[in-house]
Amino acid sequence: MTRLLLPILSLLVAGLFAASLLIGPAGLSPVDSLAALIRGDRLAETLVMREIRLPRALLAVLVGAALGLAGAAMQGYLRNPLAEPGLIGVSGSAALGAVLALQTGFAGAYLFALPLSALAGAVVAVLLILMLAGARGGSITLILAGIAVSALAGALTSLVLNLSPNPFAASEIVFWMMGSLVDRSMDHVLLAAPFIALGALVLLTQARALDALTLGEDAAASMGVHLARLRLLLVLGVASMVGAATAVAGAIGFVGLVVPHVLRPLVGARPSALLPASAIGGAALVLMADIAVRLILPERDLKLGVLTALVGAPLFLHLIYKTRAQGL
Amino acid sequence: MSGLELQDFAVARGPCDVLRDISLSVRGGEFVGLLGPNGAGKTTLMRGALGLMAHRGQSSLSALAPAQRARTAAWLPQAREIAWPVTVDTLIALGRLPHMGSGQRPGPADQAAIDSAIDRMGLQAFRSRIATQLSGGEQARVLITRALAQATPLLMVDEPAAGLDPAHQIGLMETLAAEARDGRTVIASMHDLGLAARFCTRLVVLWRGGIAADGPPEQVLTPDLLARVFHIRAYYAQTDHGPICQPLGVVP
Repeated sequence: MTRLLLPILSLLVAGLFAASLLIGPAGLSPVDSLAALIRGDRLAETLVMREIRLPRALLAVLVGAALGLAGAAMQGYLRNPLAEPGLIGVSGSAALGAVLALQTGFAGAYLFALPLSALAGAVVAVLLILMLAGARGGSITLILAGIAVSALAGALTSLVLNLSPNPFAASEIVFWMMGSLVDRSMDHVLLAAPFIALGALVLLTQARALDALTLGEDAAASMGVHLARLRLLLVLGVASMVGAATAVAGAIGFVGLVVPHVLRPLVGARPSALLPASAIGGAALVLMADIAVRLILPERDLKLGVLTALVGAPLFLHLIYKTRAQGL
Repeated sequence: MSGLELQDFAVARGPCDVLRDISLSVRGGEFVGLLGPNGAGKTTLMRGALGLMAHRGQSSLSALAPAQRARTAAWLPQAREIAWPVTVDTLIALGRLPHMGSGQRPGPADQAAIDSAIDRMGLQAFRSRIATQLSGGEQARVLITRALAQATPLLMVDEPAAGLDPAHQIGLMETLAAEARDGRTVIASMHDLGLAARFCTRLVVLWRGGIAADGPPEQVLTPDLLARVFHIRAYYAQTDHGPICQPLGVVP
């Protein structure tokens, strides 16, 4: 099972990716749409495929992989199945950056204004966390710093909404924060991809250290794991991935929490094996959810983040119930 | 190099020294029992020597680069932690991480070290069990096996016998003694004076930040030292069954 898991998940992602390309309000036939995508000879159809559906499907893969991998890395580092990528406050701060851009009107200035503001928010969060958590501290100080930064970002976001003189800006902010992949372009893909790839690379190099942490921080340190460097790389890797994902898609919850949790038993619970599995699993889940929002309420623009939370929360409750039944 | 050399070694916690002026030389073949009342600095001595906490003076171990040190000394912390429900086999294989390159899978040499450690600790029947579902004593044995699988010249274990039943306590001490007979160095902190007297080749007693006694069990476990350091009186005798040390009562 463990050996077949990655191929099965990859096939699932490939299938869902194709489905994501073929499903949409334009009502193109599958053959026409693929022909238009590859050959680019039909103006309208090619435009729909290349400018709307392809970036949307690519972003679903990128964002899902980022959230899944970052969640697995956070859980492995903190040795806690309840950890999630937002724990270090990066997603909240990225959202605050985006909210400020929307509120001030800077978001309308040019295409990248909003995602770049969100990335700036993520960078501020990382600096604050590293400053608060100190150079030598363990995982506890990191959690506390993350909670403090999250709370501050949340409070400032509420303040912006509270003082917003413009109800249209306020509702735009609220909708943005729900998370969505609608109306994203290839430019968004190109903006997010390098950060997500870099973060993934950083986190995947820490797989062995996360395995060693299974035995606790002291035993891991005695086995040659440099705890301070691991924590720094973890924060930078998670922040790079989650900051970029939030910048292009808004806040999408529960993916980083649920995906590692579901896949853990299937990889024999090894943190290193869970990293790639969760990346692919996260891509599958976000693709699935993004297809679902198009099928369930095509006219109402159901937000992706709302759906993942709606599906993720009961799934998580079920998992907690199962864990309790096993007496763990 | 399979021993441990400490020179003018001291560890401070806050403003006061927990350990000071420690000079200790342990060689291959020795099974050292590290004794002392609670708070005497047994764990601190081992963690400091490994370089897991800041210290003054010299330690032959903390002078090594972390990767090199991990192939020289295995460390079993007192807190028995198993974070994830992995199999016993997987957990013990973690002991091979210091010997493997990045992304490398366990090779034949690694597998041999794992199998041998499992045989020595008698855990064959547990190999495919989930480690977190075992009893506390069984988990302790699995974690000791991980340290053995690391196959280092030096083994440092913090209260390895705590929580084990009598048969497994004796089995563990015999295993550690056998490691020392094979030429490795074993340093174990412990509270059971009876086990220490029977199995260790040398006892080091920590007290008030320094070494109160150092030598073979019969020279260390004197009535005077037991009263002064541990506040107990004990029956000590060389018998046909080996040395016996049985604490009898508390000295006021």
